[in-house]
Amino acid sequence: MMSIGAVLKNGLLVVSATMMLVILYLIFMWVPTDNIQGTVQRIMYFHVSVAWVAFLAFFIVLVGSVGYLWKGTSKWDQLAYSAAEIGVLLTTLLLITGILWAKPIWGVWWTWEPRLTTSLMLWLIYVAYLMLRAYSPPGNQGARYAAVLGIIGFIDVPIVYYSVKLWRTVHPQVIVGPAASGSLDASMRNLLLLAVATFTVLFVYLLIARFSLRKSEDEVELIRGLAEHSPNLPPSLR
Amino acid sequence: MTKFWPTVAALMWKDIMLELRTKDIVISILAFALLSLVIFNFALGPSSQITSAVAPGVLWVAFTFAGVLGLTRSFVLEKDQGNLIGLMLTPTSREAIYVGKMLGSFFFMLMSEIILLPVFAVLFNISPFRLELLLIILLATIGFASIGTLFSAIAINTKSREIMLPMLFLPIVVPIIIGAVMASSTAFESGPWSDMVKPVQLIVVFDVVALIFSAFAFEHVLQE
Amino acid sequence: MILRVGFLGLEGTVGNLASSDMIEADGHDFLAIRVRGLTKIYGPQVVLKDLSLDLAWGNFLIVFGPNGSGKTTLIKVLATISRPTDGEVMVAGFDLKKNPAAVRRNIGLVTHQPLLYGDLTGIENLRFHGRMFGLSNLEQRIEKAADLMGATSFLGRKASILSHGMQKRLSLARAILHDPPILLLDEPETGLDQEALEMLGQMMGAGERGRRTVLMVTHSVERGLALGNQVAIMSGGKIAFHEDRSHVDEDILKSAYSRFTGVAL
Repeated sequence: MMSIGAVLKNGLLVVSATMMLVILYLIFMWVPTDNIQGTVQRIMYFHVSVAWVAFLAFFIVLVGSVGYLWKGTSKWDQLAYSAAEIGVLLTTLLLITGILWAKPIWGVWWTWEPRLTTSLMLWLIYVAYLMLRAYSPPGNQGARYAAVLGIIGFIDVPIVYYSVKLWRTVHPQVIVGPAASGSLDASMRNLLLLAVATFTVLFVYLLIARFSLRKSEDEVELIRGLAEHSPNLPPSLR
Repeated sequence: MTKFWPTVAALMWKDIMLELRTKDIVISILAFALLSLVIFNFALGPSSQITSAVAPGVLWVAFTFAGVLGLTRSFVLEKDQGNLIGLMLTPTSREAIYVGKMLGSFFFMLMSEIILLPVFAVLFNISPFRLELLLIILLATIGFASIGTLFSAIAINTKSREIMLPMLFLPIVVPIIIGAVMASSTAFESGPWSDMVKPVQLIVVFDVVALIFSAFAFEHVLQE
Repeated sequence: MILRVGFLGLEGTVGNLASSDMIEADGHDFLAIRVRGLTKIYGPQVVLKDLSLDLAWGNFLIVFGPNGSGKTTLIKVLATISRPTDGEVMVAGFDLKKNPAAVRRNIGLVTHQPLLYGDLTGIENLRFHGRMFGLSNLEQRIEKAADLMGATSFLGRKASILSHGMQKRLSLARAILHDPPILLLDEPETGLDQEALEMLGQMMGAGERGRRTVLMVTHSVERGLALGNQVAIMSGGKIAFHEDRSHVDEDILKSAYSRFTGVAL
């Protein structure tokens, strides 16, 4: 008999897998080709969805970080860490899809326009988050340090975005942003919404799975630590 | 609890005394920044048009990286002799300890930058003496010192602290760098103040956010 | 009953403590150190496990224990350096979590590290600590503390060029500068020269008995039994044994030690 949690988790997996298959079909088989950008425009559904979910992930890092500093219970830290890991993965995908989209449309792999630049900074900040966890001393110091970064990192991102925008206004825009390739027709807009919803469901599943894994990891460590200190254990085994 | 300003004063006095004896921080910043300026000159080639165009960027890269070095040195002294524990034992507010360390770092960074400025002007053929430039340097350094003090207190306790501080610090202070370079660029070209307002405002906003956040986050960081 | 600690010969309150910070005791249920259920976890390691300890004022507790039993961590928690994962800790009647500043005023810590700035002179180090503690009559206090620890002759020299023993003495002077009623000592005898050891013994000994409460971690059975009036043994993150000195001699201690920790003392 599965517990309610397991049912929920597996249910989510099934739902998100189904939704993913559906939208894959729709993206590649059903939705009309964009008349300006051509086939490559289909990457938009992935790119925009991933962007939204990455942002959501980092918001959850913020929530976990604030919760941890305030309440001190490890579940907040586990939440923040899980979201950060997934967030870094998503941001990596965001950057890759962005690069792949940019080359055929703009003719360059990369440009320092506000959204791309901010995504790169976001990526760097949260990679630093993971590094910080890895390099911190054992115990809850690492969790506290990361929580501090998780908060200021999130607050900083809008400031970074604004600053890059300001910076770019001084230089004439050579390249127009991808959204300016004409307004989306209704079918595209609806598919985009569906794609965003699909990725969100996938994200929730991944978050729950990673969170419970992280929780178990911490518990195993704790039990191992307790066993090592048992007074009935012969000294040679400590 | 010991009062706020006497705590800050005691910390600043201690850091200044230590610095006067060793000259450790200021020399590190000056040496590194000077070397950066020289290397940049070689890297960017002999064309004076190119070097003038990138001068503001070069200046701020030098200040930023040298600043990271200065921040690291400031906390290495505390950590390696166990003095961080000594600070933790004092019945002072953690915010006061933060402000004391921050003002100390700010002071050393600012002094080094002011010494460096004429050297930069000579190497890059800039006649910069706009008062606004000093304002930009002042505001940007406040930003560096405020977030830098928080992050160095974190980095000092990690393995590989030399890479941890830049990793934490640099992405976060990008707004300062952008603002400072934009405003300095206008200053070097003798442009109007109105062109500098927006970047300067950007730096000010960052400074306020960074100071308030760091002061309150510091206590979480100064503990085992 | 209001405890005034005036060993430095200075009348009145310590520093500029507000009257609410004064140690007020009614003598019955107010302990110097009171720990209940203290747990401290460093990542995978449970260093302190549900530890409880009562130490009444005026006592001198010696704590023995093998490496890894959590002795240093216990001292760090009591000194407010390490935050407990769980449990209730009251030092000098103040709750560690609610009023750490008051706890800090009432304790003096001596550890392996000297807690000195090498490039400052001895007196500059002491002045810095005095200011951070907001102490009044600072120069007088420094004079007395240095005198007590025999550090007066080298106060004017940079701390980094002092010998290990001199640094330790300076460190002790720093620890008692604010006249704390509770002292936490983590193996203070390591690195002390013979003369300093005697001074430490004197300071801790009969003359001071009852005026100061001390918790000292040590490996030296001799010194521990000579100085303390209570002994305890830590094992596996807990206090396994806690007795009055009068009930314990070297043999009893050694057999208890091997019984609780599985190793010889």
